[in-house]
This record gives sequence, structure tokens and C-alpha cells, in this order.
Amino acid sequence: MIQTLIHLLVLLVLPPLLLGFINKTKALFAGRRGPPLLQVYFDISKLLRKGLVLSETTTWVFRAGPIVTLASVALAGLLVPLGSPLAPVAFAGDMILFAYLLGLARFFTTAAALDTGSAFEGMGSAREVTFACLSEPALFFVFLALAKQTGSLSLGAMLGASSLPFSAAFAAPLVLVCLGLFVIILAETCRIPVDDPTTHLELTMIHEAMILDHGGPLLGIIEYGSAMKLLVLESLLLRLVLPLRFESAWLEWGFFVAQALLLSVAIGVVESIMARLRMRRVPYLLTGALLLCGSGFVLLVR
Amino acid sequence: MTLGAPSLVLAAIALAAASGLPSLALRRRRSAPRRGPWVQRLSTSLLVLACAAGCVGALASILEPASPSIVLPWKAVGDSLVGLDPLSAFFLLPVFFVGALSSIYALGYWPQAKHPRTSARLQVFFGLLVAGMALLLVARQALAFLIGWEAMALSAFFLISAEDAREENRRAGLVYMVATHVGTLALFGLFALWRASTGSFALRAPALPLGLGAMNGIFLLALLGFGLKAGMMPLHFWLPGAHAAAPSHVSAMLSGVVLKMGIYGLLRMLFLLPSSPAAWGWIILALGAASGLLGVVFALAQHDIKRLLAYHSVENIGIILMGLGLALLGRSSGRKELFVLGLAGCLLHVWNHSLFKSLLFLGAGSAVRATGTRAMDRMGGLAKAMPWTSAFFLVGAAAICGLPPLNGFVSELLIYLGMFNGLATGAAGAAMAAVAAPILAMIGALALACFVKASGAAFLGVPRSPEAARAKESPAVMLVPMAALAVTCALIGIAPWLLPPLLDSVIAGLGSGPSLGSVPSLGSLAPLAYVGAASTAIFALAALLALTLARSGRRARTVMTWDCGYAAPTARMQYTASSFARGIVGMFAWVLRAPKEPKRLEGAFPEPASLHGEADDAVLDRVLLPAFRGLGRLSRWSHRFQQGLAQQYVLYILIALALLSLTLIPYDRILALLAVN
Repeated sequence: MIQTLIHLLVLLVLPPLLLGFINKTKALFAGRRGPPLLQVYFDISKLLRKGLVLSETTTWVFRAGPIVTLASVALAGLLVPLGSPLAPVAFAGDMILFAYLLGLARFFTTAAALDTGSAFEGMGSAREVTFACLSEPALFFVFLALAKQTGSLSLGAMLGASSLPFSAAFAAPLVLVCLGLFVIILAETCRIPVDDPTTHLELTMIHEAMILDHGGPLLGIIEYGSAMKLLVLESLLLRLVLPLRFESAWLEWGFFVAQALLLSVAIGVVESIMARLRMRRVPYLLTGALLLCGSGFVLLVR
Repeated sequence: MTLGAPSLVLAAIALAAASGLPSLALRRRRSAPRRGPWVQRLSTSLLVLACAAGCVGALASILEPASPSIVLPWKAVGDSLVGLDPLSAFFLLPVFFVGALSSIYALGYWPQAKHPRTSARLQVFFGLLVAGMALLLVARQALAFLIGWEAMALSAFFLISAEDAREENRRAGLVYMVATHVGTLALFGLFALWRASTGSFALRAPALPLGLGAMNGIFLLALLGFGLKAGMMPLHFWLPGAHAAAPSHVSAMLSGVVLKMGIYGLLRMLFLLPSSPAAWGWIILALGAASGLLGVVFALAQHDIKRLLAYHSVENIGIILMGLGLALLGRSSGRKELFVLGLAGCLLHVWNHSLFKSLLFLGAGSAVRATGTRAMDRMGGLAKAMPWTSAFFLVGAAAICGLPPLNGFVSELLIYLGMFNGLATGAAGAAMAAVAAPILAMIGALALACFVKASGAAFLGVPRSPEAARAKESPAVMLVPMAALAVTCALIGIAPWLLPPLLDSVIAGLGSGPSLGSVPSLGSLAPLAYVGAASTAIFALAALLALTLARSGRRARTVMTWDCGYAAPTARMQYTASSFARGIVGMFAWVLRAPKEPKRLEGAFPEPASLHGEADDAVLDRVLLPAFRGLGRLSRWSHRFQQGLAQQYVLYILIALALLSLTLIPYDRILALLAVN
């Protein structure tokens, strides 16, 4: 019970801090001082207090977009293990629900973007759904490889794959799967090299282009939801990469938070040292991730 | 009980077949214009009554499988004409449910007052379509099956070509007619082979095991005949045209229900045989994956909203076949869990697809009626004028993508679980079957892209044409059937734990062969309670957030779309259906015929350029039509011998006689004489 409460607390409170760490890292690389680590919290709370401005072409779909997105990401967050090795909700096949909850979020985000009738937002949502066609099967190859290795169909047990006794046969697939998963995380959370979250006035954006016309509390909900999505997706990778366990539950939670912040710094480093790919190159990157995860699975079954 | 479930269903069939008679009787009368609407209502209520009776009968016989079956003696061909088992009843339910709702919808969509010429025809053949399908579902004997099959196929032809004034509709009807009869021909072969190898036309499990040759022959003929009807990928070519040409309530019936008769036929024939080679499962799984992937890719390249939906039927038939393939693999390898999960996914997706696809077709029909066009790029912004229609369409769109709070997710989850099953224990072939999971994931992502495109282009944004700007909401008689379908979709998503009793009964009926023994219950294999709870949680959480936002007491200011500061955005700046799909169409250019590239704009005053993004059908337009055209050219060569001149024919007779008389020459004697010399 207490574990579930901590899980909820971390899931609800931690996400904006991850963005703060990414932004700070990028600022340090650029030689700036950067915004305070808590800036994203201030931004979101300010947005939530603001008034609402809607486009006159929009309908209820536009308002439902951020709300359904946040709801489904939050539910997906209950299916992944964060600090404790068990997720609050776990059952055989929960990874499929997890993937489809993210799909539900995508459906409503993109539909809400099209509701504005604007060229940019149509562009953004077309790109979002196009790239998901490659990252979704890659994610399922990750699930297949982990299910094969652990013999479980529940995310919590599957992500514990590398804490099983060491097997040489799993070493190479694990590396491939983790690399592929990292690329999927970058793509799904709209980070460089797939998308640039810092600017939205260019024709080349994806996520930021979709939310151009959202403002006030709706924008706040979107920002919060995408930060939460970052945490949820990061947690997929963390347990695979660093399968350290501790005696005390508190130590485990502390270690998890430290890990998540570290991964955010890593994302910040990637964002600082890489340029965004040209749009037509992105499918190649995602196909690469698909092939990495696919080869990981094939190596396991050969 | 004297009035058992089977007699209820038989009465429903008779009533449905007769439901069009009032319309037919009134057709030529002078009072037709005045009484027409009432007669249409009478016909519809007869059909709805029939469907209600049929639903009750079917449901009763699923829940109590031991209900008595009726044996109608027919001496010429053997006994046992009809019977009702859970499998038949399972397929009867969508026939009656969707049939009733579509016919109610037709009161608003195709009123007698507006279509005096075709209304009676639609009424009669719609009733016959329902009756034909119900008959083939209860038939336990090949000839009765074929009678039902042909009643369905022919009435579907007359329904498809209802608007035969248009050239494209006549063509679609013709292609359909040819395709369906090729399928029937395969069924003739199938049942002849069945008779030859089992000794009777009765559709009963054979007493003696069949030889491998006969089994494979039956499998291939069933795959051809039933696959053509179901719209499996290389055999789908007739489907998009036919479903787009038909009136929308008929399209709902065709796509939602008639295709499933092919699936029923496959299930019935394959499970009459006590066992099957593993290769059958692999073939069906591979065909399903191909149908699913290519179906959705072709759907993405369509601009006609009804053609798009029709290609999605190909996709969903693919998903259903994937489930069936898994079930066959489970049966041949003796893995009960795989058998149950695959079969349950297959069956449930049959139901789900009949619900959300007919919902989508009814919604599309509502939009088509309001705007007078099927082109999505001439709709747009309908959500403002038609809030209910667009909300129902959106529900259908989310359901067909397999998204969680709705029914599509439940059946896809069962199929996924089947694919992941046995992976860890290293069961033979499990890893190969598992590769279908990422394919299904890709199908899901592509379907999502396609339905965001369809609902975005048609219902969201700004009206793209003057007709769309003038659109009005459809009458209640059209909205209520859509509401019923949408609620059913949500109900299956929220309470999937209601399903195991129904599905178990069907699965036990199919799986009680010698190879499996008794099969486990679905409820013990799939986390349906969790799925139901998750769906409820999504609804609850979203409602909570929406309430919080609404209660914060903020009045929203409405202004023009910002769009990075455009002063005068126009409807033409929106992403169109083709531009939305262009990225994915580009990725799949190897299978789609690549859309023509626009001319390069050159000079100060470039000429107008246009982009054509709709793809032709791979099979019909690129293989079959060219092949038949070639055949036509070859036959034209023979024309020079047949020109209708009597003198010429007399000459042919003379030549033939002369050739025949050559046989009178005693060659052997001549040869003997030559040899002597």
C-alpha cells in the first residue's frame, strides 16, 4: 500500500524535474546559466492559472485532446514499475495495454491538432502518426525479447530481465534492445534528433507544431502530460540498464530517482551534441531502432 | 418447450424474407406517393420484429447449447437440413442486430418519398439478404447452405447496384457479380469433394478420417470460395468498389456482416475436420498478416471515405484470420491455451468489427447525405454542424484502431496474448508466430494514422466546400441506430468480463475434438477483469479532469485560429487527406502505385499543377483488368471468323464436312498397298 502511494507521488511530482535537468544540461553545454531546475513547475502552475483562449473552429475534440492524453499517460504510469520492482497494477498482458494507452494518447493529441484547421498543426500530426508506425512495432520487439527471456507477460517482471542470473546468451540481445529502446524514447518524447522541443515556429517540428493553438490550462496539461510520458518511458529503460537492488525500499526509491535524473542528463547531452535530423531521415533512424530490437529478439530465439 | 430457439430463428428467417412484400405490392399503385412512407415503415417494422425474434433465439441457444435441433426431411439430398449450435448462433446475432439497426437507419437515409424508384427494391432485397444469411448460418447440409449463400450473394448484387444510373456503380456491381460467382464455383467444387470423400452432403463431422489429399483439397477450395467472400488480401479486389457504391446502410451490412459469412464458412468447414496439418495454420496466419498490413496501407491512400472504410474491412478480416491461424496452430500442436486465445480473438473480432464498421459506415453515410459527396477533401468541419454524427464516428474510429476503452482493444488483446503464448516455454514455432505481434502493432499504428486522417479531414477543422458549410445534422431515426452501436462498442470495452460465458460455449463446441479434449475457459486465460477496470478508469479519469477544468469557472475566449499569426487563414490551408497520408504512402510506395508527382513549378508564371494521391487497387487495376484486357485482345483475333454472314457459315460447314470426309479415306489400305509396292 505504502509502495503504491510512493509510486503515485513520484509519478505525479517528479516529471517536471526531469525536464528541468534536461534544460539545465543543455544550458551548461551552451555556456549559459539556464533556467532554474524547478522552472517547469513554475511554468505549469502559471499556465494552469491562466484564462482559456479557444479557436472558433474548434469543438469538444480540441479540449478533450489534452485531457484524454494526460489520463491515458497517467494510467500507463501505473503499469510500469518505478522504484519498487512491482508496479501498482500488474497482470499478464499489461504491456499491451501500456502500448495501446500511449496509442490512445496519440489519437487524441493528433485529432485535437487537426481540429484547429491550421496548416502547421496538420503537418505536426501527420508526422507524429507517420513515425509512430515504425516505433510501435519496435516497442513490440522489445516486449517479445523480454517476454522470451523472462517467461512473463507482465511489465514489472519483464523489465527485471537483467536482474536474473547472468546468461551470456542474453548479453548481446540486451545491448541491442536497450539501444533500440533509447531511440524509441527519444522519438516518442519528441527529442533531438527526431524533433526539437525548444522551438515551434519552424516547419520542421512535430509535437510543438501540434499544440500551437492550445493555451492556458490546456497547454499546462499538455506540458505536464508530456513530462509524465518522459518519466514513464524512461522507467522502461532504467531497470534494464542498471539492475541494482537494495535492501531498503527507501534506498531503492532514492536510487530510482537518481537514475531517472541521470538519464535525463544523458538525454540533455544527446540533445546538445547532436543536430536534429532532416525530416526525411527520421524514418531511417526509426527503422534502425526497429532492426536493432528485431535482431535482439532473433538472437534470443535462433 | 415447444417453441424452441431454432423455431424462433426459422420464423425470423421467414418473416425477414417476407418483410419487403408490402413495398413490392404497392409499387405500381397510384396511391404509392401518399402511402409509400407508411408502407416503408411497415416493411421496416416487420424486419425489425424478425430481427428481434432472431436475436432472442440466437442468444438463447448460445447460453443453452442443448436446445433441440430441427430435422427437416428432404429425401432427395438426405436429412438434417437446419440446426442451431453456438457457432451458428454467434454469427446470427450480428446479422439480426446490425440488420435491424441498418434498416431503421434507412428510413431516414433512403426515404420512400425521395427515392420512389429504388426504395421498394432496397426493401425487398434487404430482407432477403438478412434471410439468406440466416439460412446459410443454420444450414446443416450443403444444398441448403448454397441456397442461403446465393440468396445472400444475389440480393447483395441488387443492393449494390441500386443507383445503377451511374457508370461506376454498374461496374462495381459487375465486378462483384463475377467475383462472387467465382467463389460459388469454388464452393460447388468444395461440396462435391465433401460428398465424394464423406459420402453425404450433410455438414457433419465425417465418421472416417479423410485422406490427406482430400483434406488439402477441401482446405484450398474453402480458402478460395470463402476467402473471396471475406475479402482476404489477394481476393479482395471486388470489395472496395462494391462497398463504396452501395447505399450506406447497405455498405454497413455488407462490410459489417456479409464478409463474416466467409469467416463463418471457413470456421465451419475447418472445424468439421477433426484435425488439421500445421501448415494450414501457418498459411492462414500469413494471409491474415498480409491482408491486415496491405489493407490498411491501401486504405491510407484513399480519398473516398467509403472506399477507405472498405479497405479497412480487408485489414480487419486480416486480423480475424490471424486469430484463426493461431487457433489452428494451437489445435494441430495440441496447445489448448493458444487454441482458446486465438479462437476467442477471432470470434470476438468478428463481433467487434461488425459493430464498429457498421457504425462507421452509418456515420459516413450521414456525412455523405449532408454534403452530397464521398470525397473527404470536400467535407471538413462537420463536427460543428453535425455534433452527434461526428461524435459517433469518432467512437467508431477509436474502436477500430483497437484503442483501450472500447471493444476493439479486447479482441486485439486476445490475439496478442495468443501470439505471446508459449514464447517462454519454447514451444515449437512459438517464436515464429510471435513475429506476427509487431506486425499487428504496425497495423494498429497505421490504422490510427488512417482514422485520424479520416475523422480529421471529414469532421474536424474548417468546411472545405460550400456544401460542407451548409451541412445539417441527420434526423433522429438515423442517429439512434448509431448511438446503439456506439454504446455496444463501449459496453464491450468496459465490461469484457461478460463475454467468457458466450465465447466459451462456442469454443467448447468447436474444440471438443479428439486432439484437444476439454479446453480451458477463456476467463482463466485472459485478464478481462483488469481490462474492464482499466477502461472504466480511463473514462473516470478523463471525466474527472474535464470536470475540474470546467468547474474552475473560466470563461473561454474564442478567437480565430492563431496558426503562427496568419491574418486570414482559409480552409484551403488545412492539411488535406492526401497530404496527411503522404509520408506513409511514400514509405509504402513499393506496394502502392506511387502517386503522380506534381509538375515542377518553373518560371515566374508557372502553369497550374496538381497532385493525384489516390492509389489504384493492386489486384483489380494492375493484374486482373490488364489480364482480361489481354484476353479480350486475343479473342478479338477470333472475330474475323465470326462476322454474322450466313454464306460464311455455310462455307465453314462445307470445310468441316470436307475435313470429316477425310476420315473416310482408307489410310491403312493405302499404306498396305504402298508397302507391297
